Amino acid sequence: MNTETPLAINRREAVQRIALLMGAAMVGSQAILSGQPVPQKQTPSGFTDADIALMDEIGETIIPATDIPGAKAAKIGAFMVLMVTDCYNDGQHAAFVEGLRQINRDCTAKYGTSFMDSTPAQRTELANALDAGNKAKDPHFRYFKMMKELTILGYFSSEIGATQAVKFVQVPGAFHGDVPYKKGDRAWF
Amino acid sequence: MTEQNYDAIVVGSGISGGWAAKELTEKGLKVLMLERGENIEHVTGYVNALKAPWEIPHRDRLTTKIREEQAVLTRDGFMHEANSNYWVKDAESPYVEVRPFSWFRGYHVGGRSLMWGRQSYRWNKWDYEANLIDGVGVDWPIRYEDMAPWYDHAESFAGISGSLEGLEQLPDGKFLPPMELNVVEKDVAARIKAHYNDARRMIIGRVANLTEPHGGRVNCQYRNKCDLGCPFGAYFSTQSSTLPAAVRTGNLTLRPFSIVTRVLYDKDTKRATGVEVLDAETRQTYQYTSKIVFLNASTLNTAWVLMNSATDVWPDGLGSSSGELGHNVMDHHFRVGASGDVEGFADRYIFGRRANGFYIPRFRNLFGDKRDYTRGFGYQGTADRRGWSRDVAELGIGAPLKDALSEPGHWTIGMTAFGEVLPNHDNKVTLDKDKRDKWGLPVLAIDCDIGPNERRMRKDMANDAAEMLEAAGVKNVRAEDNTYQLGQGIHEMGTARMGRDPKTSVVNMHNQVWDAPNVFITDGACMTSTSCVNPSLTYMAMTARAANFAAEALKKGDV
Repeated sequence: MNTETPLAINRREAVQRIALLMGAAMVGSQAILSGQPVPQKQTPSGFTDADIALMDEIGETIIPATDIPGAKAAKIGAFMVLMVTDCYNDGQHAAFVEGLRQINRDCTAKYGTSFMDSTPAQRTELANALDAGNKAKDPHFRYFKMMKELTILGYFSSEIGATQAVKFVQVPGAFHGDVPYKKGDRAWF
Repeated sequence: MTEQNYDAIVVGSGISGGWAAKELTEKGLKVLMLERGENIEHVTGYVNALKAPWEIPHRDRLTTKIREEQAVLTRDGFMHEANSNYWVKDAESPYVEVRPFSWFRGYHVGGRSLMWGRQSYRWNKWDYEANLIDGVGVDWPIRYEDMAPWYDHAESFAGISGSLEGLEQLPDGKFLPPMELNVVEKDVAARIKAHYNDARRMIIGRVANLTEPHGGRVNCQYRNKCDLGCPFGAYFSTQSSTLPAAVRTGNLTLRPFSIVTRVLYDKDTKRATGVEVLDAETRQTYQYTSKIVFLNASTLNTAWVLMNSATDVWPDGLGSSSGELGHNVMDHHFRVGASGDVEGFADRYIFGRRANGFYIPRFRNLFGDKRDYTRGFGYQGTADRRGWSRDVAELGIGAPLKDALSEPGHWTIGMTAFGEVLPNHDNKVTLDKDKRDKWGLPVLAIDCDIGPNERRMRKDMANDAAEMLEAAGVKNVRAEDNTYQLGQGIHEMGTARMGRDPKTSVVNMHNQVWDAPNVFITDGACMTSTSCVNPSLTYMAMTARAANFAAEALKKGDV
């Protein structure tokens, strides 16, 4: 599947659609467009460094650093690019790319600022609202389901996630079917 | 100069081919084992077996490229990113689906012995009598007593772990110590046993994974990565078990990239004289001669070789005189069962990744039970705590979600039934000469479906599962039929059935093709009925039995 050109076009189309759809609401959101005028450096997949930075921050909002590193440390943006490029079909791919624009529109509508310029508290509040909207089956928020799924998969299967958030043993060497567990103990990968 | 003449040629290197090679070489025969695909070396060939989860680029999800190139395999969940290299590509090896049939193939040394489910059960005495009693298909010319010593032999070498249960419907064997049911499975098993007065029993799966060192092989390390190939050699495969045994004799020649296109037949002696091989890489054609030929190409490809071996004597293929060659395709129907949530046990957990689950042996249409269908089914399943991929409905995002997913979730339990499929003459494969594979060879047209007996059985397969889970106190029990098409069980059987009469069967009680008695068929093709238990152990036993017969007959000049 050749995604390089179609994705670049999709992205431009997405930006144009934003302009059409947002109408008056665009006044407060010029920053989205002017803040990221033309993609500076495109990865082979068509995603820009700015896209990856945005995905890192979205992922970090979903799985933040605590006493254990979060999704950004697990390079979640690069993982999302790989998965969307290689595993999503064209429709899902376009919906994801559009979702990256939509999250900025949703953020701007709520706080008057792009996702990247919003505060951690605003991001968390927004992402919880997007998650709730998706769980309520509102199709507007479907894009967030993709981001959340990719973050959870990418994080917990990363070396950081698999060995620090949960536990992983390459060669258990034995099976025990009844061992004590107490709340707070980490799960096995 | 490569030697062109052997005592025996074995076509195929999967579970049954490996066994044929082992048994025949150990009897002193010079054997050529032909494999259509590439070689996969034991240990070093298992390229993904020792990778950590984060070293699999798409974390074991299928890419669109894999989905496009191996679309047939996506019809069930056996293929994942890390083992996708072991499964065939559709474009290279197409087939025609007159009616839908999922054909999941692995073309390489070891065949599907590398990816198999490893569940290993003996047939019971009624399985071998079922066709006679029901008047379905033809009667097996052998009985459990004929097979019992060969089950012993197969289990003793392969290393099957399991518990001794004393059940007539699931005979005990020569087992290594059983794996362990986990704490929830033990609880559910006890409740089922009590509720049904021991008429139904949940036991640990009998599996070809070693629970202690065996035959120079290391015991299972509980990694649950079996279908990538085991670098410890801890489960039975051609590579771990039969191939090294055959190589040790000094009597084996293994030739990969060798597509057997036909069995050579001499109409004067009414015997096969060898096989013709198309080299998959060079596309050169070779002929190899031998005194006997074992066809172990996997059920449908064994039928293909026979049909492609048409002569003016047998225009429909070698072994076609009965009109049954290519007919009576069977499988096990499944993808139906039940699952639910288990309350409690929040302070219990497991250690290690057990590549095995529980088994509930057949209870229907036995011991006086009578249903509106014939034959029966067994269940395979597991209980486990939910992992990080679970949905946590009450949590949104952020640290609370991360913390919650870092701990195990509640216990769940689920099981799927595997049911017997009846032989049906109308379920058949034929050669389609209009369509060609990558090597210009005609392909199989497959024309099969399950019938009313299987459809009626599926209702019980769902309902009985749900009823048992509910009886065991499981909550939110969901019975599900996820639909099934023949082939998805990857237990293809039939097309060259064994029987008592050359007019109605393709091979005799020693697996000899009636029309060419020095040709033996001991893979799934020879099966006359299917039982409801996984077939591979029976192929192993059947192959060993036939190979020993063949070696003795050769000595006496009888074949």
